[in-house]
Amino acid sequence: MAIIARKKSSKKQRAPFSQRTWSIGFFSLAVLIYIFYTYILPHTPDGFQSQIQTWFPPSALNEALVWVIAALGLNIVVGYAGLLDLGFVAFWAIGGYTAGWFMSGFFNQWNFHFGSESAKVIPGIHLSFWLVLVIGALICAFFGIVIGAPTLRLKSDYLAIVTLGFGEIIPQIFVNGENIHGFNLSNGTKGISPVDSIGIFGKRLGPFDLNYKYMIFVAMAAFMVFISLRLRSGRLGRAWLAIREDELAASMMGVPLMKTKLAAYAVGAISGGLAGVAYATHVNGIFAERFQFSISIILLAMVVLGGMGNVWGVMVGALLIAWVNSTGLPAFGNEINSTFHTNINFPSYTFLIFGALLILMMLFRREGILPESRLKLLMHENDDASGNEQPHDEISEEEDL
Amino acid sequence: MALDSAPVLEAKNISVEFGGLKAVDDVSFAIPDRSVVSLIGPNGAGKTTFFNVLTGLYKPTLGFVTYDNEDITGLVPHKIAERGVARTFQNIRLFGLMTAEENVMVAMHSHLKAGIIGTIVGTPKQRSEEREARAEAQALLNFVGIGKTAKEFARNLSYGDQRRLEVARALALRPKVLLLDEPTAGMNPQESAVFVDFVYKVRDEKNIAILLIEHDMSVVMKVSERITVLDRGTKIAEGSPAEIKSNPRVIEAYLGKSAEVH
Repeated sequence: MAIIARKKSSKKQRAPFSQRTWSIGFFSLAVLIYIFYTYILPHTPDGFQSQIQTWFPPSALNEALVWVIAALGLNIVVGYAGLLDLGFVAFWAIGGYTAGWFMSGFFNQWNFHFGSESAKVIPGIHLSFWLVLVIGALICAFFGIVIGAPTLRLKSDYLAIVTLGFGEIIPQIFVNGENIHGFNLSNGTKGISPVDSIGIFGKRLGPFDLNYKYMIFVAMAAFMVFISLRLRSGRLGRAWLAIREDELAASMMGVPLMKTKLAAYAVGAISGGLAGVAYATHVNGIFAERFQFSISIILLAMVVLGGMGNVWGVMVGALLIAWVNSTGLPAFGNEINSTFHTNINFPSYTFLIFGALLILMMLFRREGILPESRLKLLMHENDDASGNEQPHDEISEEEDL
Repeated sequence: MALDSAPVLEAKNISVEFGGLKAVDDVSFAIPDRSVVSLIGPNGAGKTTFFNVLTGLYKPTLGFVTYDNEDITGLVPHKIAERGVARTFQNIRLFGLMTAEENVMVAMHSHLKAGIIGTIVGTPKQRSEEREARAEAQALLNFVGIGKTAKEFARNLSYGDQRRLEVARALALRPKVLLLDEPTAGMNPQESAVFVDFVYKVRDEKNIAILLIEHDMSVVMKVSERITVLDRGTKIAEGSPAEIKSNPRVIEAYLGKSAEVH
């Protein structure tokens, strides 16, 4: 009996695939999808093509990748460091407006071009997409620290409320930022449009160059995965996990709480900024009313559903939810409506369905789709214990004697 | 005996009040370098409160704490830990969902230098630092006798191994003082006996001072070079185990006034 208990628990600890396997899988899949859309799809029958365009349009894939980038950042804050952030949309918005400011004709009082492939005659600030990524990341990291410094002292529940407020304030500033003492910061509800297209190798990516954008977004997601995994395995990652596990014990072991939490917040914010810039180029503009509270919640749902703390789980969760949200549900709805001659507006039930999904997940698979091995252990510990009359600790001690 | 050496950690006239209630009242206490000293007293005597003052969790209302002749009163816990005051917890507080090795490496945080960029890039310096840290963690786990459990999650370890892991983790701070809060709680007499030898092994091989809070009198009497007794927040006695055993005030505190002792 004792031996069975031991074996069971040791089996659970072993991850089914190593990080290397996952990385290779991710890249192979990304390349296969690219080959499929670029080289194979145009040569398939029209019926099949239109099916793909209905169910898996490339633009939805790109948008899903933007969600992946943001969700991976939130995973660092929530999954690694265990800080509940309900206002992540703020970083997304700041990143988006960074693109709006530095990659469009919006500030037409100035005329500054650098590394951008857009025509030199258009006034405004036109910087290279790559440079704007860096600027967006830096601005978001700055705001992450500014917001984090006074609030991260709070215990988790209060922190959640403060981040909630932050997530409401920033979009409101952009909605009402049309006339700040005569200065037009955000163009209000009209938004900033168009945003320059991405320039790469001297070429401008038009709105239909989705496959190039796909590659760029895949690279950005891969970059976030890389950062997450590297940091997780190092000194900082250990400190984050320690704080998630037991804040007090961590501080007693020499981990500076504020600094470590701020680092999580800043790195998370950076990915929010990257996602924002990517999103602005994806929709060719930036519109204040899109940055709603629901984005923060959807991101959180992606992290929790996917598997908190596991980058691959978060990625799967983000792709899945983003797809359901943008394409899956409307397409499914149209199918139902045309088959049964009904007229149900399925996308309006998005949150009903999300809610139901979340409840089902929490009932049957709390650890997420692809959980971090350690969380799985925690969630299923009680299942193990119920099978034995004795608690685990005593069993192992007996064995040792 | 190392009682005549200079104090490595010293608390002077410490008082702690919680809203008018005096949990610790004017207690002075020194831990000589490389000594093994104990703090005992009935429940509610203020031992753990005093412990928490030493580790920076509470700020004393009055008095101050010096470490290596340096004032550390009111420093945040991680700064005190960084300097070399390490502790274990009465109810084990390991990072349960981290491996034993990771638990130990968390405590090396203040010794390691790698920053965010260095970690992401994986500079040769960062890599060698990680390698050394891992080797040091393994050595510490071997030292406390649980070297085989390095890759196991802390919460899966047996109770005794968890206690040992707490010590290994504390030692990873490279402390000069190790504070053990009821280390034998939950151990059987056999294990407690082994523990006494273990304390001396830690002291002698790591060259550090050890302070224990302990309830098990047989352990206290065997292990301590000097014992300090707290009762209701004040220090009522201090001395060698033999002196404490025969001190009437101590007996009174533990057994009540009318007790007779033969």
